[in-house]
Amino acid sequence: MDINKYVSSGVLELYVYGALSETESKEVTSILKQYPEVKSEVEEIENALLKLSAAVSPQNAENLIQAIKQKLSHNPKIITMESNRSNIPMYIGWAASLLFLIGLFLMFNKNQELRSDLQALQGEKAQMESQIAEARNDADKSKELLSVIRDRNIIKVPLGGQAVAPDAYAAAYWDKTTNTTYIDVKDLPEPPRGMVYQVWSLQLEPLTPTSIGILDSYEEDENKIFALENMNPSEAFGITLEPAGGSKTPTMEQLYALGVVSS
Amino acid sequence: MQQDKLIEELQSGNEKAFERIYELYSQSTYGIIYSIIKDTAISEEVLQDVFIKIWNNASSYNPDKGRFFTWVLNIARNASIDKIRSKDFKNKKLNLKSDNFVDILESKSNFFGTIDAIGLQKYIDLLGPTCKKLIDLLFFKGFTQKETSEELQMPLGTVKTKNRVCIDKLRAKVL
Repeated sequence: MDINKYVSSGVLELYVYGALSETESKEVTSILKQYPEVKSEVEEIENALLKLSAAVSPQNAENLIQAIKQKLSHNPKIITMESNRSNIPMYIGWAASLLFLIGLFLMFNKNQELRSDLQALQGEKAQMESQIAEARNDADKSKELLSVIRDRNIIKVPLGGQAVAPDAYAAAYWDKTTNTTYIDVKDLPEPPRGMVYQVWSLQLEPLTPTSIGILDSYEEDENKIFALENMNPSEAFGITLEPAGGSKTPTMEQLYALGVVSS
Repeated sequence: MQQDKLIEELQSGNEKAFERIYELYSQSTYGIIYSIIKDTAISEEVLQDVFIKIWNNASSYNPDKGRFFTWVLNIARNASIDKIRSKDFKNKKLNLKSDNFVDILESKSNFFGTIDAIGLQKYIDLLGPTCKKLIDLLFFKGFTQKETSEELQMPLGTVKTKNRVCIDKLRAKVL
């Protein structure tokens, strides 16, 4: 571009007057930014026009500045202050929602805690209930046993310790009306592993042993009293130690207790 | 202070910048207003309004669209034209005896300002009637190139080149 030609075309004067269209003015502005010599030309035109128009003014304008300043509204500053003020509710809003979230979180935590507490208590309750049921069961069993022992129709047969266990003691309670024999083996030693006590009903003349039961639940039974069905015309009761599962005939070497029905 | 920086300060609401802008442009603006209104008291009133507008609307000035001086010039011309068209102004039936800026300059008894008034006056006398007309219409009255061309019955291109010559003469004298 021929800058000198551009400058002398007269377009810059029209630009300063404001006589160009918006598009034309924008073009001049962009050229102004590129060429410092065009800019200084524009500044000189502007200066000449400033002086010319100032010369036309009727009097000094300086003294009017105070009156004008008093009329100035400080909108920009007021807007800033307002925007500052309007921040406060925003912060309050944020703080409130933060607190709400914290509260929500705490409540959720508390809820979880209570839930697990409740679960633990329910577990304990179930445990207690089963303990109570067990105790009731035990009590019923004890009552039954007590009634057995007190019953006058029951024949008590003490079974004394034999050669393998001289200190052993057992007892048989024989209820002939129900054909049941209760065997109390509380004072027998615990059977070794793989062995069980077997109870025999004996007829003496001739000596005929009949198995009336294997005490295979020895360990689990706390009372160590077992109810066995006995329809035999028993004259004596014996307890032998036999391999698990019991034997067909008693192993006499392992006879622990023996007692004769008295009447 | 740099012109661009000063205008940015004004746009951000700096009162010191406004004072500086007033120093730079008030006398010229006063002259523009007076050349249209031709009444000192009313011109003073309009001048105040114009600078209040400059303060309030500073943010709407876009440097890409033109000079800040041109922006101020437009505000001053528009405010003055609005004023002379107002009922209030017409009712006063002011005697508008002066036709243009040259008449004002010539009729001035006590001139003040930074420039040599007598020298300027002499120079204006030297400006031909065409230059006086061109500067009056294009600068003081804010006519477009086309309007001026029609008013003066002069080709568009001639308006531009002739005006350039007129301003060159003025610059040679006042700067």
